Amino acid sequence: MLKKRIIPCLDIKDGRTVKGINFVDIQDAGDPIELAKRYVEEGADELVFLDITATIENRKTLVNLVQKIAKEINIPFTVGGGINSIPDVEKIIKAGADKVSVNSSAVKNPELISEIANQYGSQCVVVAIDTKFVDGEWMVFIHGGRTITLLKTIEWAKKVTELGAGEILLTSMNNDGTKAGFAMDITNEVSKAINIPVIASGGAGTKAHFSDLFTNTEASAGLAASIFHYSEIPIPELKNYLQNKKIPVRITENKTT
Amino acid sequence: MIAIVKYNAGNIRSVQNALTRLGYESIITDKASELLNADKVIFPGVGEASSAMKYLTEKGLDKILLTIEKPMLGICLGLQLMCKYSEEADTTCLGIFDTNVKKFPDTGKVPHMGWNSFIDTKSPLFKGIEHNNDVYYVHSYYAEINDQTIASCDYILPFGTAMQKDNFYATQFHPEKSADIGEKILKNFLEL
Repeated sequence: MLKKRIIPCLDIKDGRTVKGINFVDIQDAGDPIELAKRYVEEGADELVFLDITATIENRKTLVNLVQKIAKEINIPFTVGGGINSIPDVEKIIKAGADKVSVNSSAVKNPELISEIANQYGSQCVVVAIDTKFVDGEWMVFIHGGRTITLLKTIEWAKKVTELGAGEILLTSMNNDGTKAGFAMDITNEVSKAINIPVIASGGAGTKAHFSDLFTNTEASAGLAASIFHYSEIPIPELKNYLQNKKIPVRITENKTT
Repeated sequence: MIAIVKYNAGNIRSVQNALTRLGYESIITDKASELLNADKVIFPGVGEASSAMKYLTEKGLDKILLTIEKPMLGICLGLQLMCKYSEEADTTCLGIFDTNVKKFPDTGKVPHMGWNSFIDTKSPLFKGIEHNNDVYYVHSYYAEINDQTIASCDYILPFGTAMQKDNFYATQFHPEKSADIGEKILKNFLEL
């Protein structure tokens, strides 16, 4: 049976992990490679790296980092942040990423999705959608959530699927950072409207939030950042919990004790 | 020396990274002499069947790969190209395995993406792997089960996830992206 995936997300700035690591009691979590290796050992199913600087000067740093990750990590990983063109995609994929994630650039130039899909295959294209409930509608936001667009979330999800996206990473801005749980309604609406996997993101704070997500929606994966960085919810504990709830997950031998 | 077949498909470097982690040297090549002299050949790939076959044919690799006598392992698109025919762009493939490749029906989410288990027939490829054999898949087309199928997986319908004929092996899943279990399978292949 296909397993539900648990995906830690690492925000990268100038080659370092930035989110949720400037706190005490974390073992060198500033190094994304060390953190990524820890997640792999704990049984993460995939990793997502989002470059939040994404300026031209820092592209080289990112490409070098992706090369290092690809050498060290034996599970699939996605790289996103500031990917605007086929040459950008080529650099990241050549460096060893399995997938790229596009967000604002896909809204501005939807053809980019088909171009990537045609050249590298749909499995390579993750379209990230930041969504917020505004005046009774789930709307698409870009520029890291700063700018509202005219796109309705369900319609945009359908459109990117037609264009060749292989997966959707759906972040509810209403839920993100609240630790109050995933946005069930929009996650399920999107999952039902399209025939490609949906990764739910935003709001995970407890183990129960993941079981609620997988019980009440057709999401294929759940993504979170700080709860994993801080070891608030260790991945092995989360997976055992989900297994006990009869949710299919990949159980591994945890080598970090 | 391990030779990795060089062609217009993605994911080739990640196979080389996996071999390096296991302590094996490898070359990525499309030269007939290097492929024929290698101790093992790996034929990986993520991509589209017809453009891949076109490239292989232009380079003469469609013939060369059939004459390899050492163990060869196809991965993902590699497995599909080793079959007889693929529905993807109506493509005639290498025909090592006597089966066809079809598109998953849309009664489930396609691509089949993520970790899924398989049932094997005790092939040496899966030595030491008993239960919890989840491996990483990403594909929209699948090989139909036949008597060369050495492992099957169930997603929407049962399909051939590993095949073997003589020295030719193939997996639909990605051992190079399947954590410790994938490394074990690669090691089993390299030690054949």
